[in-house]
Amino acid sequence: MSTADAVAGVLWVGVTLYAVFGGADFGAGFWSLLAGGSERGRRARALIDWAIGPVWESNHVWLIFVLVVLWTAFSAAFAAIFSTLFIPLSLAALGIVFRGSGFAFHHLAPSARDRRVSQLLFGLSSLLTPFFMGTVVGAIASGRVPIGNAEGDPVTSWVNAASLLTGALFVATGAYLASVFLVSDSRRAGDADLERYFTTRALAAAGATGGLALAGILVFRADARFIFDGLVGEALPLVIASAVCGLGVLALLQRGAQRGARVLAVGAVAAVVAGWGVAQYPYLLPKALTISAGAADPASLTAVLIVFGVAVLLVIPSLGLLYVLTQRSMLEEEGEAS
Amino acid sequence: MIDADFPSLLAAASQLAPARSQMAFTLGFHIVLASLGVGFPALMLIANYLGLRRKDPVALELAQRWSKVAAVTFAVGAVTGTLLSFEFGLLWPEFTDRFGEVFGVLFTIEGIFFFLEAIFLTIYIFGWKRLSGWAHFWTGIPVAICGIGGACSVVAVNSWMNQPQGFTLGANGAVTDVDPIKVIFNPAVPYEVPHMILAAYLVTCFLVASVYAVGMLRGRRDRHHRLGLLIPLTVGCLLAPVQFGVGDTAARAIAKDQPVKFAAMECVQTTATHVPEYIFGRCTKDGVKGGIGIPGFDSFLVGFSTDTKVIGLDTVPPEDRPPANTMLHWAFDIMVGIGSALIALGLWFGFVWWRRRDIPQTKWFLRAIAISGVATAVAMECGWIVTEVGRQPWIVYEVMRTEDAVTSASGVWVTFVLVLLLYTVLGVATIQVLRSMARRWREGDELDSVPYGPSGSSE
Repeated sequence: MSTADAVAGVLWVGVTLYAVFGGADFGAGFWSLLAGGSERGRRARALIDWAIGPVWESNHVWLIFVLVVLWTAFSAAFAAIFSTLFIPLSLAALGIVFRGSGFAFHHLAPSARDRRVSQLLFGLSSLLTPFFMGTVVGAIASGRVPIGNAEGDPVTSWVNAASLLTGALFVATGAYLASVFLVSDSRRAGDADLERYFTTRALAAAGATGGLALAGILVFRADARFIFDGLVGEALPLVIASAVCGLGVLALLQRGAQRGARVLAVGAVAAVVAGWGVAQYPYLLPKALTISAGAADPASLTAVLIVFGVAVLLVIPSLGLLYVLTQRSMLEEEGEAS
Repeated sequence: MIDADFPSLLAAASQLAPARSQMAFTLGFHIVLASLGVGFPALMLIANYLGLRRKDPVALELAQRWSKVAAVTFAVGAVTGTLLSFEFGLLWPEFTDRFGEVFGVLFTIEGIFFFLEAIFLTIYIFGWKRLSGWAHFWTGIPVAICGIGGACSVVAVNSWMNQPQGFTLGANGAVTDVDPIKVIFNPAVPYEVPHMILAAYLVTCFLVASVYAVGMLRGRRDRHHRLGLLIPLTVGCLLAPVQFGVGDTAARAIAKDQPVKFAAMECVQTTATHVPEYIFGRCTKDGVKGGIGIPGFDSFLVGFSTDTKVIGLDTVPPEDRPPANTMLHWAFDIMVGIGSALIALGLWFGFVWWRRRDIPQTKWFLRAIAISGVATAVAMECGWIVTEVGRQPWIVYEVMRTEDAVTSASGVWVTFVLVLLLYTVLGVATIQVLRSMARRWREGDELDSVPYGPSGSSE
């Protein structure tokens, strides 16, 4: 394995962690949007706020990590992606601004109307941001991003069956992860009603995600043959692992099992992300740019690996502390009636 | 060949103005929030320390409220910062394509600091109720350290754009032989990085102090307001003279490292000795019109002697000179003027405190503090105008032109307008939210917010 492959692996670790944790936070916003009117959805939304309040900001940093590693280690791919996919990435960036500020303000805004508007913006942008990110991934995977400064088509590169379907899959995956997490959070909060509420939604989201994934395989077969061949070739064990994990989650949820569902749900998503990586290997941009051709100067790659090593030593234990404190309910907002 | 290239050239040219506008606007917005992210944790920890040490509930209450304010500004700063990282690709793909592998390592370091800052700020903000007093205090320490560390990394990238080194350009313009250590410790780091860190602290200190000064002017002269004024004001007044010294060193270094930028700041048209220093005035090809001239003083500031030769704009062809000279010159003078005024404010405060162990009683002192917050932010923005506009037409000084870095994607005017509208709403909303938090605190809505549960409070 070359240094460039190792850095691509680091990048993929970041992508996976963002897909899991960032994705779940987007999904939580999605459920907040669908929770219904301000009175009817109050309890579900209070749980969502309580669950993601302490962690969403740290989870968001994985996106920064992915961007920074991409532009440092694979500058040409970064430039190609961001110039050709200018429209969906601009929309995703604006969505991120709406979402973060909407979430920060929805408790604190001066009037009830402002709080509702913030809440709505948070929900809507939690739906649209992962959708646009998904179209970007679909565009990359289906080989629609050529090298160079805005060399690809600004519109059809991401408005096509494969990209739109990947966008929908991103939204569904986030909603699925979030609902599985929220089942556990309801239990932690000791709220049996909400536990049932989110179990129902988790089952629905699991079904939708599975259906979209199957549809995706068919669309990729017709539209992005290279990735399809990879997914049913070298990456097949990972695809099967993902499906098995997904079915396992369904079984556990239906039996109301106390543990295991979260781990399996994470496993299902991580396996798909890994499968995408394996299917795409050795390309960064399928058929246009390989990892070795797109790699930065060796000294830069080594520097990224060193920094990643330091990050593992410092960030992972800190994140662990944050999650443990959160799960033990040591981190509570002031004066929050729950 | 020429025909095929022409439309794309035209497209690139048309994206330059909106791309520069969007970058300037989003960076100028973010930098205020980023400064609060760097400076606020320190103020919050000072108040927390005093509160725990002296068993002072007022100080603890201040620390707790400041941490809630920091939570809001940090959340908004995190997302406006994310937009900036997108803009490296959305607006400047050619720059990142060529040099991402050079400056990128600094951003990976920044990523670690940002991560730790986000994690520990969350633990600190959400830890008031259940963590014990000193344990909670210590979870805040990494926030202050990482704020400084992250700012160092990001500003070092800007320093590198001013003083690029640590790479070789091949015949085809490709980058080879990257030396990350030389990139990280580029020659502009020793003056630009401390200048910005101090600016971040000054902006935070005087903004916070100004809020309490306004409260006192409205008759709220309780201990809460007094301490809320004293903590940031003391830190700010101690740092203001340090900043003046660092800034003076930076200006001299720029006269040596980036003489054209310096010439544009001071409107020096032709290289000469005994160059006068002009305060304000209008820059023209024939020198400064209007303004107050001090004979020989510019030469003296550069080399401690009026015989010092100052490089003029005429040393480079017109297409290599920065635009908007008068604006640059004014931005520099306004920054220095506000910096000097802050020192004067500190001397006033220090003198009265030395004689009477109290803040000056006149309303004029509070009025001066009340405007110092916005004034300090203006000074910082002026500093960024000087360093960024002063580097033009280069994005990487004397290596890459800004016009060669811009995206070919059309539609930057559209995103610029969208960002302009969104950020206007965001700025207004942030201020409204902070004001409504303050109002609710004044009305005593949150009676249950006693830090550290029953044991840590003396109420």
